[in-house]
Amino acid sequence: MITATNLSKIYNGNKVLDIEHLEIPAGQNFGLVGNNGAGKTTFFSLLLDLIQPTSGNIFNQDITVSESEDWKSFTSSFIDESFLIGYLTPEEYFYFIGDLRNRNRADVDTFLVQFQDFFNGEIIGRKKYLRDLSKGNQKKVGIVAALIGDPEVVILDEPFANLDPTTQIRLKKILKELSNTSGTTVLISSHDLIHVTEVCERIVVLDRGVPVRDITTSEATLKELEEYFSSEIVEG
Amino acid sequence: MFGKFLWLEWKSFTRSASFGKSLGLKILMIFLALYFSAVFLFLGVALFPILRESFPEQDPISVVNSFALTYLGFELIFRFMLQSLPVLNIKPLMVIPVSKKKAVNYILLKSLYSFYNILPLLWILPFGLVSILKYDYPAWNVLGWMLGFYALVLCVNYFNFIVKKKFNESLKQLIPVLLMVAILAALDYFGIFDIGRYFGAALDYLYNQPYLAVVPFILLIVLYQWNLSDLRRKFYLDQDLKTKSKEVQTQDLGWTRKFGSIAPFLQLDIKLILRNKRAKTTIFMSLLLLCYGLIFYPNDTYQDMPAFFLFVGIFMTGVFMMNFGQFVPSWDSSYYSMIMSQNIPMRQYLASKMGLITVSVIVLLILTTPYIYFGWEVVMLNITAAIYNIGVNVPMLIFSGSFNKKSIDLDKSPVMNYQGVGVSQWLVGIPVMAVPVFIFWLVNKFVGYEVAVGTIAGLGIIGILMRPTLLTYLTQRYRRRKYVTIQGFKQKGD
Repeated sequence: MITATNLSKIYNGNKVLDIEHLEIPAGQNFGLVGNNGAGKTTFFSLLLDLIQPTSGNIFNQDITVSESEDWKSFTSSFIDESFLIGYLTPEEYFYFIGDLRNRNRADVDTFLVQFQDFFNGEIIGRKKYLRDLSKGNQKKVGIVAALIGDPEVVILDEPFANLDPTTQIRLKKILKELSNTSGTTVLISSHDLIHVTEVCERIVVLDRGVPVRDITTSEATLKELEEYFSSEIVEG
Repeated sequence: MFGKFLWLEWKSFTRSASFGKSLGLKILMIFLALYFSAVFLFLGVALFPILRESFPEQDPISVVNSFALTYLGFELIFRFMLQSLPVLNIKPLMVIPVSKKKAVNYILLKSLYSFYNILPLLWILPFGLVSILKYDYPAWNVLGWMLGFYALVLCVNYFNFIVKKKFNESLKQLIPVLLMVAILAALDYFGIFDIGRYFGAALDYLYNQPYLAVVPFILLIVLYQWNLSDLRRKFYLDQDLKTKSKEVQTQDLGWTRKFGSIAPFLQLDIKLILRNKRAKTTIFMSLLLLCYGLIFYPNDTYQDMPAFFLFVGIFMTGVFMMNFGQFVPSWDSSYYSMIMSQNIPMRQYLASKMGLITVSVIVLLILTTPYIYFGWEVVMLNITAAIYNIGVNVPMLIFSGSFNKKSIDLDKSPVMNYQGVGVSQWLVGIPVMAVPVFIFWLVNKFVGYEVAVGTIAGLGIIGILMRPTLLTYLTQRYRRRKYVTIQGFKQKGD
């Protein structure tokens, strides 16, 4: 379970994130939506203790993330390409992450078998360094690497961006199965309302750092979200 | 347009993450620059009378000429080590209406304003003026000589860029050049073919026929054009890709498993070093600088100065430690957020870096054992130096690394960016080497040699024993600095 209390982040007097209370129960597929600058990446960065909160705290399973490193063993994430090590081949990268999560080579190899379709033959055995892969293929590697070692919390920032349509559909399937079968808490952010409503059980809309909607996904959710975002244009 | 480029560069300087740090460094550099300027100026004024005195039967200008090639050779070596080609980030310029030629010309012309080009002027000018004004040498001839000589200096400026670039591309290309230099040096040494003298004679001829000063200028233009065409060809995005399309093999490095929990990091660091040009150079430098002892050990001047030998020992066993260690954690800058959010305790991360550097010290120590040829004291001193390096210098460098927030671009060395070995890298070496050498000198002078060796080794052993405590402290420090570091690494470029 992830809890944020009185969480705020201020850059040069500019409040970019302001969450009074947010609770994400274990096993939930949680989606974060919002325009650019709404604070999605800031929230994830705070959750991963990559930046310091101005006030408040985030607890990942009762561990204050800025005070202890213990959450690292059950949390994994892919925020952007800076999570990849450019001079490794994809296999080496997977093995490296496997090592960090106590999975040996054989474990990792078995784990990767299920992603053969997802990789579409463009990742494994191509004898290329990660830095020489295209943006989309890099993303595939990053996402799959974040799933190695049965993490209890998976954080993916904009997982659908840069992916081709087929892979997007495959990714949606993977993410849905993840929380259904293994009870993993999955946090994703997206600009794509359709994807996020399909994948997530719960969607929070951020507007300039403040959660303005907290929706349990239903048939009507997509429409509701579309209305919300187009209303901004009308008010404009 | 050139004004615009300058404006861009000023912005990138004042807005960079390391502005404060580079400002402090800049001040130190200015101080050094002033010092060297004074030395050269003094030399320039005094050179003519000194030469007249020491070589009464020869013409001073002719004496200078006979040393000219050696001088230019040294200048090339120093420039190679210290000077770097001015950098301009070209990618944003590719699609806007700036002609390639202009951008490249800007870079090349800007290099002329380098301090390294002003310095020689500081001795050439006074030397020439003294000879004209005070010793009544024919003005035209001296003027021609001065122009010609300075043009040669500028040739070295552009030649250096070509050498540097070839050095960066592949070492193989340099082998024939190095071979030729070695052969010429050998011929010169054995007195078979004294190229320096012929070069001097050519300069003498230039002095007699001052209009021939055109020749070095033509050479200068040729070198400039060579640089120009070279850089222009690089003005494409896929220039890097073309050379990189090679297939790469997945490496196992199973033997590192012996190191237990730090094995994955060790593998990662070894791959980092093997697969990135910038890091690979540190290995090359380490091996090259192992020869450092050859300069000192056989030299009679240093036989009574064991402190010097300790210096050599610390340097040889610690050269990788210095080159690699001072950039921890910048080596991992491009994926530092991942390292910080993955299942890696900070302590383990630092321990593995220290482990790698410690191994390097031991390997370099083993490689220096042939110096036993110069006596077992040398080997003993090297062992002492290695112990000190492991115990004191490794934690110290890791500590200084916690201030690093400047990213290193491993992925692609951007075109025209030859991040070579700069002055700043050598500055870090001062506390690392000067402190132990000073302590050693002091104890050796006032107590005795054995005690001095014991002191240095003792300090090292204390450091090794205290490593767990030091590691705890360093871990805390790195964790405190974490956010600043992450933010700094996000900023690309200088």
